[in-house]
Amino acid sequence: MSVALEEATPAARLQDDARLAAATRRRQQRERWMTHLWLLLGVLIFAFPIWITLVGSTHDTATIGRGDVPLLPGSHGLENYTAAFQTGGSGRYRSSPAGLMLWNSAVMAMCIAVGKIAISLLSAYAVVFFSFPGRMLAFWTIFITLMLPVEVRIIPTYQVIVALDLFNSFAGLTIPLIASATATLLFRQFFLTIPDEYVEAAKIDGAGPLRFFRDILLPLSVTNIAALFVILFIYGWNQYLWPLLIVNDRSMETIVVGLAKMIGSGDTQNEWNVIMATAVLALLPPVLVVLVMQRWFVKGLTETEK
Amino acid sequence: MATLELSGIRKSFGATKVLHGIDLTVPDGEMIVIVGASGCGKSTLLRIVAGLEAPTEGTVRIGGREVTALEPADRDIAMVFQNYALYPHMTVAQNMAYGLKIRGLPKAEIARRVGETAELLGISALLDRRPRQLSGGQRQRVAMGRAIVREPKLFLFDEPLSNLDAKLRVQMRAEIRRLQRRLGVTSLFVTHDQTEAMTLGDRLVVMHAGHAAQVATPMEVWARPADTYVAGFIGSPAMNFLEGRLAEGGHAVALRAGPVLRFADGPRPGPEGRRLTIGIRPEHVVRDGENGLDLALDLVEPLGSETVLHGRLPGGEALTAKLLGAAPAAGGSLKVAIPPAELHIFDAETGRRLDPRD
Amino acid sequence: MRKKVIFRGIGLPLLLLAPQLAVTIVFFLWPAGAAIWQSVLQEDPWGLSSQFVGLRNFQEVLADPAWRTAAWNTLIFSVSVAGSAMSVALFLAVQADKSIRGANVYKTLLIWPYAVAPAVAAVLWLFLFHPSIGLIGRALNAAGILWDYKLNGAQAMLLVIIAAAWKQVSYNFIFFLAGLQSIPKSVLEAAAIDGARPTRRFWTVVFPLLSPTTFFLLVVNLVYAFFDTFGVIHALTGGGPGKATETLIYKVYVEGVQNTNLGSSAAQSVILMVFVIALTAVQFRFIERKVHY
Repeated sequence: MSVALEEATPAARLQDDARLAAATRRRQQRERWMTHLWLLLGVLIFAFPIWITLVGSTHDTATIGRGDVPLLPGSHGLENYTAAFQTGGSGRYRSSPAGLMLWNSAVMAMCIAVGKIAISLLSAYAVVFFSFPGRMLAFWTIFITLMLPVEVRIIPTYQVIVALDLFNSFAGLTIPLIASATATLLFRQFFLTIPDEYVEAAKIDGAGPLRFFRDILLPLSVTNIAALFVILFIYGWNQYLWPLLIVNDRSMETIVVGLAKMIGSGDTQNEWNVIMATAVLALLPPVLVVLVMQRWFVKGLTETEK
Repeated sequence: MATLELSGIRKSFGATKVLHGIDLTVPDGEMIVIVGASGCGKSTLLRIVAGLEAPTEGTVRIGGREVTALEPADRDIAMVFQNYALYPHMTVAQNMAYGLKIRGLPKAEIARRVGETAELLGISALLDRRPRQLSGGQRQRVAMGRAIVREPKLFLFDEPLSNLDAKLRVQMRAEIRRLQRRLGVTSLFVTHDQTEAMTLGDRLVVMHAGHAAQVATPMEVWARPADTYVAGFIGSPAMNFLEGRLAEGGHAVALRAGPVLRFADGPRPGPEGRRLTIGIRPEHVVRDGENGLDLALDLVEPLGSETVLHGRLPGGEALTAKLLGAAPAAGGSLKVAIPPAELHIFDAETGRRLDPRD
Repeated sequence: MRKKVIFRGIGLPLLLLAPQLAVTIVFFLWPAGAAIWQSVLQEDPWGLSSQFVGLRNFQEVLADPAWRTAAWNTLIFSVSVAGSAMSVALFLAVQADKSIRGANVYKTLLIWPYAVAPAVAAVLWLFLFHPSIGLIGRALNAAGILWDYKLNGAQAMLLVIIAAAWKQVSYNFIFFLAGLQSIPKSVLEAAAIDGARPTRRFWTVVFPLLSPTTFFLLVVNLVYAFFDTFGVIHALTGGGPGKATETLIYKVYVEGVQNTNLGSSAAQSVILMVFVIALTAVQFRFIERKVHY
């Protein structure tokens, strides 16, 4: 390796080194620019569909129907959004008003997120801090649900819903989705790291299990709860297959399903601008939640997958 | 084999200045130890030499080549990291061969070098294991093996012994010294441990707040520290510092504790009454039953052959003494004297050593 | 694993577990059991009685050319979505991991597409690729390429792949970034000193050390492509044109809702169930074994 260098004359070596130094400097600078370029490109590609949709939602039907796809926002934004919000448009496949659908989605997402967190907290608590016959059985029963996403059991679960007369109800929309294992496992993992001394101190202080849960465990779990909340809210909001099956009452439609229905067969007579406005409304709440609670979001993702 | 030359190395991270202008010349085959407390900039300096950081100002020359703008790969150096930094997914043999493979050495040559180096370090039996199966000491040897096979111009050590337990540390210290002497490769060793520095280095660079406080041999640093920082850093227990003023026309110091001590090696410059800091090592304090100062003892630590005493002099200043044999218990007092021949004289404001005027 | 210090009692823990167990039994185990049971039955044409037929439903399903087409579609779709979403995400994660100015802003901007529902993503891409009103759709037609995903099966498949992958890149990005940041910096510095340039460092050190993450994401991406993408297909192509984008899960839905052959539908569900369980089991075993280097 250093053999080649020793053969060269000192003067030639000096020149080589100077050239190498200059080349290194140039390459490092170029690499910095390329990194920025690629990242910028990535950001633009990801933002592009949103941008077009956003822009489209501020123009009138005729412009879009004509095929004049604008790149800059127009002036009809307010009326489009109002139309979407209040009436769901007047196209062939008009949906329920977006305002109503947003409400439905919000209720569903909140119920799922809160319900899942509550149930999982209780179950994880029971499995970690108590000893009783059937404990491992209960744990494995819960664990199995990891392997059964709702899509795999749709038809039979649908039959159960019908049998229990929960069709077209918020209960039917939310309850089947609140018992899967990811949240329980996360809390269980977290609870296992709580030092024994906390429990011992609580016992010495005379606190029973419920008190311990409320006064000590819950406050400690706040970060995990926040992280999970972000993930589960998004999960609940973005549900598609299940609401599609369970709800055919227009007044209970969620916005994600309602949006897809507005497309119909995708023909040009749709009121595209209102549909685009609805699309923006459909994605805004979860995106906002992610942006505002980004740190918890990332933590929630990486923790639940361990 | 080559020299290392650092000229005017300055480094700032944003607004924070970490290195204030370091100059150093390391001749062929020397083991130079950079020692200092955490945050003094020693690791930054090492990383600049390695090419992992770029200096804000200054140049680095290795073997006569200016390498300041070159990447680590082009500098022909090897480094041993504090946490070993072995490739977790490769075997010991593959770890050691990695750099050689990149340089395109033929397989037979690689095998030869790896085999010989493993033999040298006593790790031949470990060649097929993975890092996670090794103990700390073994990992350290593999890390050194990886550096040695490369036959570089310069070895860099970044506190390699800090993660080892005390006994292993002493053992590895001796091995590193032996190896370096045998291979004769110029080496730069960074540590915060002054014992390591004293035993390993041909020369020491004592660093303090981004400056090189003193560059000298271990004995020189111990016997003639350049300022109060170096004086207090090297030697254990640490040197005592007492207040005093220049007296008798520059030939003596009047200590706050009382006595006036005449300098054994000549007068010091400065006006009468100039404030001085006087240094005296605990092991140089002697008993003086007749004319000594009263040392009120706060704490007595019997170490068997010696005793370390912590106490107060008249006037309130603290003094630590290390005496042979037994001593009275805490709460009592002992008469001690400070031999003028062992004094270190520093300027009270700057902390810099004051040498005789003539 | 269990804690050493616990509370005594049986009643309370069972009470705490009751909600989750109840929902699990009613909405997971019962339907799953029902599916398995139904899969080995065959109804008569009037839906009045059923007969035990063993594995015949399965044999029929596996031999059915329509099912095989759907299985083939699913394979193409999943591999393409997983492959593209993972490679793009890895590339962007590597770029974002370099310490450049504004790295955090880039990261934030690349994460949010995760929040978009697959069905909504499909709609967004529909706006872009619609042959008459979409920016890119019109541009393609203007350039002479006959673009109409409602008529051309391959184009429809391409579009659903793009829409599905677009969303998944964010998820992969987050995990790849975390994986990259868990590689000790000193190992990469050692490689640099050993003479490895950035590309070589990536393939010989970074990529091998990233393999647990890569494998994990592969499984997740495949499961995502198999199941979560129902919304994409339903919103964008409805399985068409002519079943060109009908995946297995879509087929189950369509036939189950039409309610013609419960046995066959159940058998298809069970096959999917087996697939998911197998994938999850493989994932757990692999992660257990190779969690540490």
